[in-house]
Amino acid sequence: MAEQAQATAETGPRPIVPFLKLGAEPHLVGSKCSCGAIFLDTKRLACSKCGSTGPFQTVKLSTRGKVYVFSVVHQSFPGIKTPYITAIVDLPEGVSVRTNLVDLDPLAIEKDPKPLFDMPVEMITHVVAKDRQGNDVVAFAFRPIKH
Amino acid sequence: MRNVYVLGTGMIKFGRYPEKTVPELGAEAALIAMKDAGVTIKDVEMLASGNLYQSNAMVGQRILQQVGQMGIPVINVANACATGSTAFREAYLSVASGMYDIAMAVGVEQMGKAGLLGGGAGGSDPAYSPEGKIGSGLMPAVFGQNGIEHMRKYGTTMEHFAKISVKSHKHATKNQFSQYQNEVSLEDVMNARMVAYPNTLYMCCPTGDGAAAAILVSEDKLKQFAAGRKRAKIAASVLTSDPWTERDLTLPDVNTLTKRAAKQAYEKAGIGPEDLALTELHDCFATAELVHYENLYLCKEGEAGKFIDEGGGVHPSLGGKSPVNVSGGLLSKGHPLGATGVANICEVVWHLTQDERAKARQVPNAKAGLAHVIGLGSACTIHILTV
Repeated sequence: MAEQAQATAETGPRPIVPFLKLGAEPHLVGSKCSCGAIFLDTKRLACSKCGSTGPFQTVKLSTRGKVYVFSVVHQSFPGIKTPYITAIVDLPEGVSVRTNLVDLDPLAIEKDPKPLFDMPVEMITHVVAKDRQGNDVVAFAFRPIKH
Repeated sequence: MRNVYVLGTGMIKFGRYPEKTVPELGAEAALIAMKDAGVTIKDVEMLASGNLYQSNAMVGQRILQQVGQMGIPVINVANACATGSTAFREAYLSVASGMYDIAMAVGVEQMGKAGLLGGGAGGSDPAYSPEGKIGSGLMPAVFGQNGIEHMRKYGTTMEHFAKISVKSHKHATKNQFSQYQNEVSLEDVMNARMVAYPNTLYMCCPTGDGAAAAILVSEDKLKQFAAGRKRAKIAASVLTSDPWTERDLTLPDVNTLTKRAAKQAYEKAGIGPEDLALTELHDCFATAELVHYENLYLCKEGEAGKFIDEGGGVHPSLGGKSPVNVSGGLLSKGHPLGATGVANICEVVWHLTQDERAKARQVPNAKAGLAHVIGLGSACTIHILTV
């Protein structure tokens, strides 16, 4: 994944994973099989749900979804600020994404986790690192939708 | 397929052995198992060796360099946390098929104090590591989310998970092979350092070193070597992988493949969960143990919390029922990845055969027991043993 991201000819900000598309309207993309399954983490030779060899359709995924489950991580890799919330967010296209949740108090969530279930959230992007060439590495995250 | 029996078992105390090598640890367990079986390396016709961290380094052959090189076939197995139990299954298949009459399975691992398992490295440039930047793949968080999923569906509380840790730590005080043998109170568990909600430190298994081994034989060889000693039969040996499910790619689904394996195993063994005197299941985290009560049909779907509140999983001598992880489980006994699956089977065998090594924690009327392991990625093994 990382090699693919780094191999692009673009200069400037780089997406942390290939299925994150940057630009004026950052969004995630998935590969959709005719059986309905959508995959966003890796390229596939065949569909892991039905075995079809495609062709697969590239679909733009919604930037809004709902929190399915989460955890609050207190111990992580060097340079990762803890505690933070990791979550599985369900998108309306029928695919889920692993993400950080931001703009929420992790310790308050531990005291009362229930409000997070099915909470509507929206995607944002932010710079999370600089790569060896000095390019900004951009990741996505989700935050509560403010009404 | 022929009947296969466990003629001998060997296990070393799980812990940390920085002064020893992986083959040495495996060889110690292998020698104990052969002695227990009453065989020598000259009787062993094949070896299945399970080890994860040196899976490219011919661990099985290096074990034989320590215990006797007779030129027998060796398979080196890697299957994440199900590595040892998959090696055991390979040994089982080699005897069940009629190819060999005496096979040895060894599971061994040396992890030291390795931690933070499961996070993605991100290739050549750590800037692209997704870990902590787009969620977490670390094991405490992954299994934390499995527990949260149960909370979401069924209203399970953090206290339910904590009670599992209290129970297994209490069990471990009776197991001389356990890495940790200390009791913890509910308050200790609830107030311990949080690793990944809802898993506090005492709800996470330790890393460490260990080894376990077993000698598997055909019925003819059982008659020749067992000489009237009680030996357990392998009534079912099942291996599954994760079928496609909706969120499996982002939140590994440890439930579906376990349920499938359990159904196959009960059918093959011709018994049901109500017939089990004990279960050793894969409690890498307290949250995992809770969901597996349901996945192994020890209780009904959605009722794991109730099962715990009513003394489910607790040793009968402590007033419980359907005992789970009387060894202390991975939470206390330890989880040296490649050794875990074989050690779980050793524990079940010892109860079924009234082996001295489980005397202090013997479950009564042990006629059948189940050993379950999950390797994330995913692989699930279930072995049912009977006498």
